[in-house]
Amino acid sequence: MSDTIDLPRVVSDEAVPQPLVLPEDVSAEDQVFRWGVRLAGYGVLVLLFLIGLFLFLQGLPAFRRIGFRFFTSSGFDTLGRHPVYGVAASLVGTIEVASVAIVVGAPVAIATALFLSEYAPAWSRRSLIALVDLAAAIPSIIYGLWAVFELQDNVVGFSTWLSRHLAFVPFFKVTSPPLNASLFIAGLVVGLMIVPIVASICREVFSLAPAGEREAALALGASRWQMIRSVVLPFGRGGMIGAVMLGLGRALEETIAVAIILGGAFTISPHILQHGGSTISQLIAVNFGSGGQLGLQDLLFCGFVLFVLTLVINLAASAIVNRSRSGAGVDL
Amino acid sequence: MSTDTDMPTAPPGVLIPTTSASTGTARTGPVTGSAAAGPPSPPKPRRLPTPIRPGDFGATDITLLAAAALSSLALVWVVFYQLTLLSGGLGFLVCWYLTFLALTWIGMSQVIERQVATDRVVGVLVVSAALLVVGLVVFIVLWVAFKAVPHIHWGSLFTKDQKSLELADPNILNHVGILHAIIGTLEQVLVAALLGVPVAIATAVFLNEVGGRGVKLVRTVVTAMSGTPSVVAGIFIYSMLILTHVLTYSGFAASLALIVILLPSVTRVVEEVLRVVPGGLREAALALGAPQWRTVWSVVLPTARSGVVTAVLLGVARIVGETAPLLFTAFGSQIINVNEFAHPQGALPLAIWVESREANSIAISLAFQAAFVLMSIVLILFVAARIFGRTKGKKSKSAQRQSEDDFMARIFMPIPMEKVGDEQ
Repeated sequence: MSDTIDLPRVVSDEAVPQPLVLPEDVSAEDQVFRWGVRLAGYGVLVLLFLIGLFLFLQGLPAFRRIGFRFFTSSGFDTLGRHPVYGVAASLVGTIEVASVAIVVGAPVAIATALFLSEYAPAWSRRSLIALVDLAAAIPSIIYGLWAVFELQDNVVGFSTWLSRHLAFVPFFKVTSPPLNASLFIAGLVVGLMIVPIVASICREVFSLAPAGEREAALALGASRWQMIRSVVLPFGRGGMIGAVMLGLGRALEETIAVAIILGGAFTISPHILQHGGSTISQLIAVNFGSGGQLGLQDLLFCGFVLFVLTLVINLAASAIVNRSRSGAGVDL
Repeated sequence: MSTDTDMPTAPPGVLIPTTSASTGTARTGPVTGSAAAGPPSPPKPRRLPTPIRPGDFGATDITLLAAAALSSLALVWVVFYQLTLLSGGLGFLVCWYLTFLALTWIGMSQVIERQVATDRVVGVLVVSAALLVVGLVVFIVLWVAFKAVPHIHWGSLFTKDQKSLELADPNILNHVGILHAIIGTLEQVLVAALLGVPVAIATAVFLNEVGGRGVKLVRTVVTAMSGTPSVVAGIFIYSMLILTHVLTYSGFAASLALIVILLPSVTRVVEEVLRVVPGGLREAALALGAPQWRTVWSVVLPTARSGVVTAVLLGVARIVGETAPLLFTAFGSQIINVNEFAHPQGALPLAIWVESREANSIAISLAFQAAFVLMSIVLILFVAARIFGRTKGKKSKSAQRQSEDDFMARIFMPIPMEKVGDEQ
């Protein structure tokens, strides 16, 4: 309300009267409207609080039973006399899948964003952007189907090749032969899924790079790449980091595409190429309903861990993106 | 030399050989000696004055690219298949691509110049990344269609459920369909949209029009919530409502879980759309004496209509394909359950999930058919959103352009964007 009646002040002119200050009384109907709308806003707040609260409370018994060993043990054997459960292997698997996804997806996404903002001819830009956006609209279960029935057979050969010739890298070592249903394949698909998210933010940040400095670089004789390297990328660095972190948040939470691929095994190993492995969301989706009461509590607490993890990463990422978008750190 | 300077735009095919020739003569010829002998003699131009333009992409570049592609293919074929005796198309393609980039760079830097070579190689990288992404999207959409359509029995797919599913019967596809899943998905998504969209719009109005205490906090929370894992949305509703016996497994529980996903994403995009509504319109309405609710209802929201509709359509397109929340809420069913409020209900994503895990070709075929139907729904929503987004509304031109260009995919990402452009 206040910004609508703040007139520009003209000082040192006596003919101009002081701006009329309207009393801030709001009519009853507007009071109702404001409170209704405010309620919706605060409702969202309550909702986030409830999510954390219920997952925590309902999962707490499983956590209290073994304490902080919850984060160091793993398994899903909750029906026996000596239950074994915990989040360790799934947490490591989640991070491994997300790492593969970022390593594969982020460069492709940044290159795609560069193409869309710098290289694509103007007539094709709109439709290309629409197609990249469509990649974000494809349901994750369809990515999962595609990965299992089409991508996997092609990747297994590549995995074999990697494991034979690059086995000195610890990640590419293979100790047990089958190479399908691996964390690597899951990471590849998730990497593809995060491309449109990262690309779309990066494209926007790149397109905000000041035209004057671009033209200055080109006028000084820079090639297109030199212009990008000296103007566009430094300008968009914060946004790029934030975008990749948002992609990381998305990669950590992906459920169905991962669950449909992964073999599911509770071993903590860096060997991402071989069969097996699990992630937190995959653990929850696949084992739901099969572990009795304790199993359920275990899954709910795993969900709480995932919730907190993604919350922290997403908040940090959006803070970075917003700061870079507001132009902080750019001398103009 | 001077004749070259006079040529305003030498085609790259002409420019390139002269460059290398001139540097070649400068290095080997007697000119170097004389230049070293007499320091005060005018310095020789190291490069041609004719600028090498980044945009000049001519016959030489194409020839070089083709040569690099061919020679890298041959090289990698020898190494890959003859020396290391390997198979697997993907590994071959990756190696070919990397070798191609290296050879392109070496070739270009020899024939043209190092800086131009780097520029060209980056160009190749960028173009191929975009081609890869766009190609994969088109491929996946077509792949689902090709896998599904030949096996579809149009008579039964949309009219029957899977009550009589006998996987041993080879003609079973005539007698089963996915009507139960379609009904379930439509009901769940519709209820979620009916309940979630008004709250989302109200929250956006709160953030952008009403303001006051807590706006910053609510905006942060909405941002945080749009990154909530979909599986968490599912187990949250489960732990809050089903575990405590408020609800049973039902379509309505699924709708509630979908709202948790729909709400923040639609809120953020609608807020962004409201932000580009010119402030003058609001002030005009308020100056005419309209109460604030009237201003929002009759001026702000109608002005932003096409953007709001697009936001809603994209939000719905996003939740249609969500699988993880439904596992814990709708639970899935193979028979038709029209009642949204009681008993487990099927859904398209659930049908795909369950059937694709069966080791049976008929079940897998059914999964693909369900995927095809789901993909079609998403595509229809997506195209509708594009069309609505393109409708020339009453928005100012810059606002129109910004909102169209920037928020299309925003809804699918965990955190939609903060402020897009400057306010009016």
